[in-house]
Amino acid sequence: MTRLNRDAIVAIFLLLFCGVFIAASFEIEETSYGTMPSSVWPQIVLALLTVFSLALLGQALRAGPPTERAGDGIAGWLKRYRNALVCYALFLLFLLTLPVFGMLLGGVLFVFTTLTVLGPPDPRKIVLHAAIAVLSVGAMWSVFTFGLRVFLPEGMLFSFQ
Amino acid sequence: MIIENVIAAFGDVFAVTNLLLMTVGVTAGLIAGAIPGFTITMAVVLTLPFTFGLSAVEGLATMIGVFVGGLSGGLMSGMLTGIPGTPSSIATTFDGFPLARSGKPGLALGLGVWSSFLGGILSAFLLVTLAPQLARVGLEFGPWDYFSLVLFALTITASLSGENLLKGIIAGILGLLVASIGEDEINGVARFNFGSDPLEQGFAFLPVLVGLFAFSQLLSDVQDRFKAREPLMPPGSARAVKVEHVMAVGMIVRRWTNLVRSALIGVFTGLLPAAGGSISNILAYDQAKKASRNPETFGSGEPNGIIAPEASNNATAGGALITMMALGIPGDVVTAVMLGALLIHNVQPSPSFIGDNPELAYAVFIAFFLAHFIMIGMQAFCLRAFLLVVRIPMYTLAAVILIYCAIGVFALNNVGFDIWTLFIFGVVGYVMRTLGFPLAPMILGVVLGHIAELNLSRALAISDDLSLFVTRPWSLFFLIIAAFSVVFPWYQAQRGTAPWTRAYMPLLLLAVSVPLFLMEGVVRPVVAGLLILLAGYLVWRSGLILRRGSA
Repeated sequence: MTRLNRDAIVAIFLLLFCGVFIAASFEIEETSYGTMPSSVWPQIVLALLTVFSLALLGQALRAGPPTERAGDGIAGWLKRYRNALVCYALFLLFLLTLPVFGMLLGGVLFVFTTLTVLGPPDPRKIVLHAAIAVLSVGAMWSVFTFGLRVFLPEGMLFSFQ
Repeated sequence: MIIENVIAAFGDVFAVTNLLLMTVGVTAGLIAGAIPGFTITMAVVLTLPFTFGLSAVEGLATMIGVFVGGLSGGLMSGMLTGIPGTPSSIATTFDGFPLARSGKPGLALGLGVWSSFLGGILSAFLLVTLAPQLARVGLEFGPWDYFSLVLFALTITASLSGENLLKGIIAGILGLLVASIGEDEINGVARFNFGSDPLEQGFAFLPVLVGLFAFSQLLSDVQDRFKAREPLMPPGSARAVKVEHVMAVGMIVRRWTNLVRSALIGVFTGLLPAAGGSISNILAYDQAKKASRNPETFGSGEPNGIIAPEASNNATAGGALITMMALGIPGDVVTAVMLGALLIHNVQPSPSFIGDNPELAYAVFIAFFLAHFIMIGMQAFCLRAFLLVVRIPMYTLAAVILIYCAIGVFALNNVGFDIWTLFIFGVVGYVMRTLGFPLAPMILGVVLGHIAELNLSRALAISDDLSLFVTRPWSLFFLIIAAFSVVFPWYQAQRGTAPWTRAYMPLLLLAVSVPLFLMEGVVRPVVAGLLILLAGYLVWRSGLILRRGSA
């Protein structure tokens, strides 16, 4: 069986995405007022998206199967996107723990961990990373809290009240 | 009335707080522009959360400062290391780097800095004179015309922002879809919330923007594990350089035609939705080379090769502001962010913006002038400090800026869901970048989605006759140029090789002349007649070339 290239897979994903949203668009409430029902505009947009996704699929199928690249496969993919994946995972962790640690402590932990994981594997850098994390997040937190008077999430562990 | 507004705007812009904010903004822009991989758009996006606590004038003036500083900051790293700080300074490195390497870094920087300044000032004059005129034209627009204008903005963005037009169009439509999630503005009905309460309000525009652009850009910048750990500039490059101001100004004055031509190219490029400094600097360089008597000197430190891109990229900012202020349509992603800032302060961007908010409009004009003066002062005195900042490795900047993004988007509405929005669109933006989808059309789609829907609804409320979209002159005008903009990438790729490309320009001119003939008054039909004559001339010339070729 001929393998699909990346754009063909993207186009199929987009078509599935359109299917889900088109189905959901029929669930949009119809009001007795207003000249244009609320579902019309999204349905126009989705119809256009479907047409252009089909065009992308056609273009991708005409382009033929993908060419093999050295180092591909799961391991190669993970190696290539390691830094981005680490950042997303740490940011997700920061978001999930935000109610516990709050913005200040959570932010310091996020910056320190990200710097340590992305930075050079040198134990001497750990102190530097800790200093950068405390100073940068502390400064930003102070500007927003005291300068702009924004109440940032405090967290259960670190409350000022 | 105008004088009163100008005086009031002067008072706002020259207030001490505003001057300080603008100086900080220009400095931040210069630093961001000097950092390779850190785009001006990202700098302006990151400024946005701070404007939340400021007045509309202060917020916009600060953002204009960052914009102008960023456009000028890119030249420093480009000239001293050969790595352009921003895409707007790519062409500057072609001659700036060789001139700096030949022992004249002070002259190279002087030419770049003063060309930026003079190009920006020229575009500021055009901004002040053209924006109110264009706004008067904008007041003629009905909802049909405005809807077609949005369509044109999206198609031209898609066609100019990437190699694959289909992907650009899909990105733009995805932006429109994102804008339609949540409560419908017209009828107040929830759409696509899939049972989720936070989604009932939809995604806030700014976290979407910061996620799509800044978050995904940062992760793209640190993708290469080893490069992310290196300083952005080699330590040796941050040596003291004395800028040769007097000599540079003299050289630019002697080459004033190049300066004016490049500034005009910049303004015109900025007027087009989505065409920014990254396009204008290359166009201006190319034109300067074609117009030169010694084109062979380009690439080896030719002063004209520095003047052209730097004058044009700063002038682009003026052009983009003209479109934003006169029509309420963003000229590029930076002005899309500025529109977002206006919305925060409950100012609705539209063709009546200058008339409804004259004090704010004149403050923008004055701030744009002033930002260039602050920029030249900062470049003259703080060059070494900027170069020291860009010795920081990218991974350090990325980690700190990511958390800043989180704090910034939370501060806008004090809603935790906005940080989740940032994260989700950070992932979406990164995946789209990786798969070759341009992000500019998606961002414009998000910004323009509501405007398009609102105007379509208004048009249908006035009349259910859809033929009005093609019988009203302005609507027809925008639909025609939208159709031609879709074909533009193929025209650009095959120009000179495929025979059909010879018909593109004459056909465009003929088609555009039709709605112009339908318009009222004398001037526009006369312009239509001139366009037909020009189309005829182009057909005659291409026939001549064809005959010469066959002979």
